[in-house]
Amino acid sequence: MADLRSDFVGIKSPNPFWLASAPPTDKEYNVVRAFQAGWGGVVWKTLGLDPHVVNVNGPRYGAIWGADRRLLGLNNIELITDRPLQTNLDEIKSVKRAWPDRAVVVSLMVPCEEVCWTEILKQVEDTGADGVELNFGCPHGMSERGMGSAVGQVPEYIEMVTRWCKQNTRMPVIVKLTPNITDVRYPARAAKAGGADAVSLINTVSSITSVDLDLMAPEPTIDGKGSHGGYCGPAVKPIALNMVAEIARDPETAGLPISGIGGVTTWRDAAEFMALGAGNVQVCTAAMTYGFRIVTEMIDGLSRWMDGKGYENTAAFTGLATPNVTDWQYLNLNYVAKARIDQDLCIKCGRCHIACEDTSHQAITAMKDGVRHFEVIDAECVACNLCVNVCPVDGCITMEKLPAGTVDPRTGRTIPAEYGNWTQHPNNPSAVAAE
Amino acid sequence: MTRGFEGADVKAGRLTSEQVAANFGDLHPPLDGHEAAVAADRCYFCHDAPCVTACPTGIDIPMFIRQIAAGNPDGAGKTIFDQNILGGMCARVCPTETLCEEACVREAAEGKPVEIGRLQRFATDHLMAESVHPYTPAAETGRRIAVVGAGPAGLACAHRLALHGHAVTLFDAKPKAGGLNEYGIAAYKTPGGFAQAEVDFVLDIGNIDVETGRMLGRDLSLDDLKRDYDAVFLSIGLAGVNALQSPGEDLVGVGDAVDFIADLRGAADPSALPVGRRVVVIGGGMTAIDAAVQSKLLGAEDVTIVYRRGQESMNASRFEQDLAQTRGVRIKHWARPVRVVADEDRRGVEFEYTRAGAGGLEGTGETFFVPADVVLKAIGQTLEAPDGPAVERGRIVVDAEYRTSVDGVWAGGDCVAAGEDLTVTAVAQGRDAAESIHRALTA
Ligand SMILES: Cc1cc2nc3c(=O)[nH]c(=O)nc-3n(C[C@H](O)[C@H](O)[C@H](O)COP(=O)(O)OP(=O)(O)OC[C@H]3O[C@@H](n4cnc5c(N)ncnc54)[C@H](O)[C@@H]3O)c2cc1C
Ligand SMILES: Cc1cc2nc3c(=O)[nH]c(=O)nc-3n(C[C@H](O)[C@H](O)[C@H](O)COP(=O)(O)O)c2cc1C
Ligand code: SF4
Ligand code: SF4
Ligand code: SF4
Repeated sequence: MADLRSDFVGIKSPNPFWLASAPPTDKEYNVVRAFQAGWGGVVWKTLGLDPHVVNVNGPRYGAIWGADRRLLGLNNIELITDRPLQTNLDEIKSVKRAWPDRAVVVSLMVPCEEVCWTEILKQVEDTGADGVELNFGCPHGMSERGMGSAVGQVPEYIEMVTRWCKQNTRMPVIVKLTPNITDVRYPARAAKAGGADAVSLINTVSSITSVDLDLMAPEPTIDGKGSHGGYCGPAVKPIALNMVAEIARDPETAGLPISGIGGVTTWRDAAEFMALGAGNVQVCTAAMTYGFRIVTEMIDGLSRWMDGKGYENTAAFTGLATPNVTDWQYLNLNYVAKARIDQDLCIKCGRCHIACEDTSHQAITAMKDGVRHFEVIDAECVACNLCVNVCPVDGCITMEKLPAGTVDPRTGRTIPAEYGNWTQHPNNPSAVAAE
Repeated sequence: MTRGFEGADVKAGRLTSEQVAANFGDLHPPLDGHEAAVAADRCYFCHDAPCVTACPTGIDIPMFIRQIAAGNPDGAGKTIFDQNILGGMCARVCPTETLCEEACVREAAEGKPVEIGRLQRFATDHLMAESVHPYTPAAETGRRIAVVGAGPAGLACAHRLALHGHAVTLFDAKPKAGGLNEYGIAAYKTPGGFAQAEVDFVLDIGNIDVETGRMLGRDLSLDDLKRDYDAVFLSIGLAGVNALQSPGEDLVGVGDAVDFIADLRGAADPSALPVGRRVVVIGGGMTAIDAAVQSKLLGAEDVTIVYRRGQESMNASRFEQDLAQTRGVRIKHWARPVRVVADEDRRGVEFEYTRAGAGGLEGTGETFFVPADVVLKAIGQTLEAPDGPAVERGRIVVDAEYRTSVDGVWAGGDCVAAGEDLTVTAVAQGRDAAESIHRALTA
């Protein structure tokens, strides 16, 4: 049985699945239920100074659905905790005492003045919590008050606040990053410069999920008006994975622990984040969609997969995919593939044909000898993979590498055995000849 | 009205009207909005979709399903009606398992096709519930066309002609328009007065005068029609029935399945219809299945269908056969009636076993007896041909444009020899004949 125990910047938990700072971790009642269900840790719903903020009294969520109303993306306009600070502190203390083996990290967001941070850090330390997460990510409401992503979008502020915190507490400091920036490496570098023990990402993406065409207002609509919210759930996972990889492979931040967040729904999502360099993962939307029991599947799935692969602990596979993330210019242009359709699996829907015909390279037949037949024309196929992605049958279309030495019927070129990339390509004005 | 043999056990009220009403509820209940969204999501929006090829009216199925998925059910309904103005009835009565749904790639993939029929019903119900008819006729052409027979073929033809601006008179011998939609289709496929609602919907386009109770050959002649109209379309279906040609056929207690069904469709309270305790239905098509199933649903105790060939030759689809069997109907293959018996102590039908011989079907000489209080014949309907157009093997001869041998006279639906005898085929032929008439009149 694989060992799922996790040690993230010195914070120990029985498994790497934490609940992200959000409604699931809003109060003792929820967190106790989460721990009973088996979650390894929680990042408590973000605390702020009293008087506590208030939330809207109308709808806070909007959503995007896939087939059968499967929730794919969730958008919210909720703020940080709307309960008195002391209530939260008391509950955190009580939970940590009752569940000493679970990670309890407290998310914080206070105004950009050192004294505010020193004050609250002291109070959090008194609860016995394992660490703090600085919420520089919330894209709505709080940012208009100079907090949340308003801080997270300015690297200098991130560095400054992180440094204040590091100087004023013995607890590990995790900096939560916003994706609402151009290049996530800058805030990550700033966090590192400020002394952060880790970064966690992503917080939610600024978004409007839909527009009510009768009211002519964005959803969720409150009294005829709507406001942009933060987007999360399965839809944001690709954005989050890329940002995690960017930080993991940036020489300036390489080795900085990362807590991966954004659309984690199953064990596989978690394994993907960790393969790209995340030390653990945090989950919000999946729990908000299905409840806390999903962690059972995550724990079981991850440990079976690790057993199958022979990974004894999570560190054994963390970051293994990071070196394989590279820049486009280093991809091997001498790797030539062609799409292949398995005629036994093909159900003849014709989607590959029409996709390739209308929008790509006219490389798939619709008819052969007068009968409906879908087959790749090697002389046209550029191996773009579109047909693979639109085919409704799993595994029906695959990409086959042409062996070196064969002629690509599309270009008439013999495929070289050696690696060759854009930096060396004759069409590249700044190409350097391969040695 | 069905009557049994002398002394036979035939009576009304075998079940209460509540039980009968429940039995005759929708065979395929309508999808609600969520179910429709889920069902629509399963469609792959195929290129040159095989389901469209399999639909005799060529409805753009992937397009209408996509419209449903995109929350545009009225647009979906319009896409259907563009090809098939009786898309509502077809959604209910088409044997989809041998048409579009059989061809659906998801049938090939996983044996579970997209529910095209029920989605079609969802969309057509939605648009038909709107108060405005979705079509506006073209400017009046001044041309007048007689359509004889107001079944699916006649209605589809009349609607398409009216759309092109022609003035149509639609004649029918029966007191109500609709043809077999009104008098033939099983009650549980089209409950709630849908057939007449659909007729009203079709007529809402305007330009169509309906004259019911007017029979060609009795009240009208083809010559008169040719004289008074610019074109004639014959859609008279198959008004006669085949004979058994076995002794005893004329006995009281032996009836036509189509009449039994027509009585049932016409009855305000079907539980008041007399039904035999033991019923034998002779035949292998949709009519046989419908008569047998509906007898059972009315409370008959033992219902047996006897068909002279094997299961694979039955005209009724596999789904229909299964439907009968799950309703408790017994289907016996390879037997033909020899004699209808109505003795004091023995009432029923004597059958002889059959087999496929070198020269066709032959009897084996071995016989058996099936007791019955009522015997229903469902061995096919026949054409009652009007004078004029050439007839071959019991059907009016037409060319690819549905022109008969008589100039200015077109024909389509069950009365011609082209395609299967299905509602949807009749609609396709009526529509295409209308286009041909329109071309001829505007050339
Ligand atoms: C019992 C039964 C069940 C069926 N079930 C199904 C089913 O589930 N699904 C399916 O797709 N198909 C079914 N069919 C077949 C389908 O009903 C027919 O194929 C379809 O109705 C043919 O349409 P039509 O317009 O050609 O003829 P019809 O529907 O027969 O209409 C002909 C019309 O012409 C009128 N008429 C006849 N002679 C004259 C005359 N001389 N003068 C004036 N009017 C005349 C008749 O009164 C009638 O209204 C069934 C048929 C039967 C008998
Ligand atoms: C309703 C809601 C409220 C949230 N509130 C907070 C918060 O107070 N503090 C914070 O750091 N992140 C907050 N988040 C962001 C989540 O912690 C998490 O970063 C984001 O939802 C991405 O993860 P997911 O895709 O698993 O949901 C909130 C998310 C949601 C849906
Ligand atoms: S890989 Fe691209 S070019 Fe090749 S057949 Fe598929 S869609 Fe066409
Ligand atoms: S998309 Fe896939 S299943 Fe459909 S025709 Fe192409 S190969 Fe066959
Ligand atoms: S064949 Fe099936 S999946 Fe393809 S378009 Fe038709 S209904 Fe949709």
